[in-house]
Amino acid sequence: MSEDQVIIKGTRDGVALTIGEGPWVELVAGLETRLRSTAGFFKGARVLMDVGARTVLQPELEQTAAALARYDMTLVSVISTNAETQAAAREAGLGLVVPQPARPDGEAKTLPFVEGILLRRTLRSGQVARHEGHVAVIGDVNAGAEIIAGGDVIVWGKVRGIVHAGAMGDENAVVCALYLAPMQLRIGPHIARAPEGRPERPLAPEQAFVRDGTIVVEPWTIRD
Amino acid sequence: MAARVITITSGKGGVGKTTTTANLAVSLGLLGQRVVAIDADIGLRNLDVVMGLENRVVYDLVDAVEGRCRLRQALIRDKRLSELYLLPAAQTRDKTAVSPAQMIDLCHQLRPDFDYVLIDSPAGIEQGFQNAVAGADEVVIITTPEVSAVRDADRIIGLIEAGEKGPAKLIINRIKPEMVRRGDMLDVTDVLEILRVDLLGIVPEDEHIIVSTNKGSPVAHDTAVPAAQAFRNIARRMLGEDVPFMVFDSSGNLLDRLRRLIGPQRKGSE
Repeated sequence: MSEDQVIIKGTRDGVALTIGEGPWVELVAGLETRLRSTAGFFKGARVLMDVGARTVLQPELEQTAAALARYDMTLVSVISTNAETQAAAREAGLGLVVPQPARPDGEAKTLPFVEGILLRRTLRSGQVARHEGHVAVIGDVNAGAEIIAGGDVIVWGKVRGIVHAGAMGDENAVVCALYLAPMQLRIGPHIARAPEGRPERPLAPEQAFVRDGTIVVEPWTIRD
Repeated sequence: MAARVITITSGKGGVGKTTTTANLAVSLGLLGQRVVAIDADIGLRNLDVVMGLENRVVYDLVDAVEGRCRLRQALIRDKRLSELYLLPAAQTRDKTAVSPAQMIDLCHQLRPDFDYVLIDSPAGIEQGFQNAVAGADEVVIITTPEVSAVRDADRIIGLIEAGEKGPAKLIINRIKPEMVRRGDMLDVTDVLEILRVDLLGIVPEDEHIIVSTNKGSPVAHDTAVPAAQAFRNIARRMLGEDVPFMVFDSSGNLLDRLRRLIGPQRKGSE
């Protein structure tokens, strides 16, 4: 219940955290539950926390910062329209953003729209594509490269690197590729390795998904 | 006319960056180009040895950058080619002795007087590499047909893409035709399929390289050696000529040929 009151959204500048209603302790617990299931997806992120109009005291802010720190995240700033919360944020040494009053109320309550990105290139060793939504690649994912997606992953090419679909815990995510020979494949909390000695040429495009708690790979058959 | 500044790099060590730099410098020199070869491997100076100029080093790159000498004074003229120069690395310093901005400036100073500036990069992706590619117009990646070298080349190509140097070109070094024929070595197609960049040249494994390196006389001077021919071909391609790639497939007994007809054996998936 309290998990639903926490919205985590990756942005270009870091992670935007929106905190809804309920007792603060429960909200932080809910936040931790969410972070546990994301398998380090937000590791190293700078966090901007929107608490709306509620009163949040300094110890509560510090408790939240500590919870985030356990997942290698840094609470950088607080967004608040509440004078008391703003004072507490200043006391805690956090950055403070006071939203412009012109903004219509209630808009912030909408759930984040999970979109996808398209990469039209080969991902090379050491390159990481990280996106909260779906990721599509036209090109190869070479050994040593990584895709970490909150949603599904589609590769129009060869996958030889690491792909993590449903990185925020979604077991229903899938990975589709013209040829799957990944170093590792992860879907939600599950990890699989491609079997040794795969044939050099793919027979058909393949799809990986979770069935009964394990990742399975099946050829993609065109149905007409 | 301004020089083209080309950095030769690889990620992995020991794949032949220095040998390639020396031989391309000589090959371009033999084609009448004014060339300066820069050893950017500060602290692990080698290019002077391979070019046979080590006992002529008085000033080095760091001396020139730090103003202890004029740039001209640090340039060493080659023994045989009058339009080929070496700018040696400092041996007693490390990679932090020079900054990328200083390398860019150095290249600018050399541009007016030469046709080609070839920079021999150190291995790795740290500051030494960053210095070596900072001033480059183009980057040439050296790899050998080994999975580890190809993996590192892939990493380097990715890093080059992030800068704005234009796509890197590839030289595949130390191909052993016999092993490729047996299906025991990645062949050119396998490497290109992974890296997907333009091929600038293929150089066969050649014992003459070791001999010439030890003598300090780049093999490119010796027209009879296959590796020398390969380096010259690369130099001509750099000058814009359309030179076909060498084919190392002229020998082999009946069984080998049959095997080739059937197709290469399966290699482990990369």
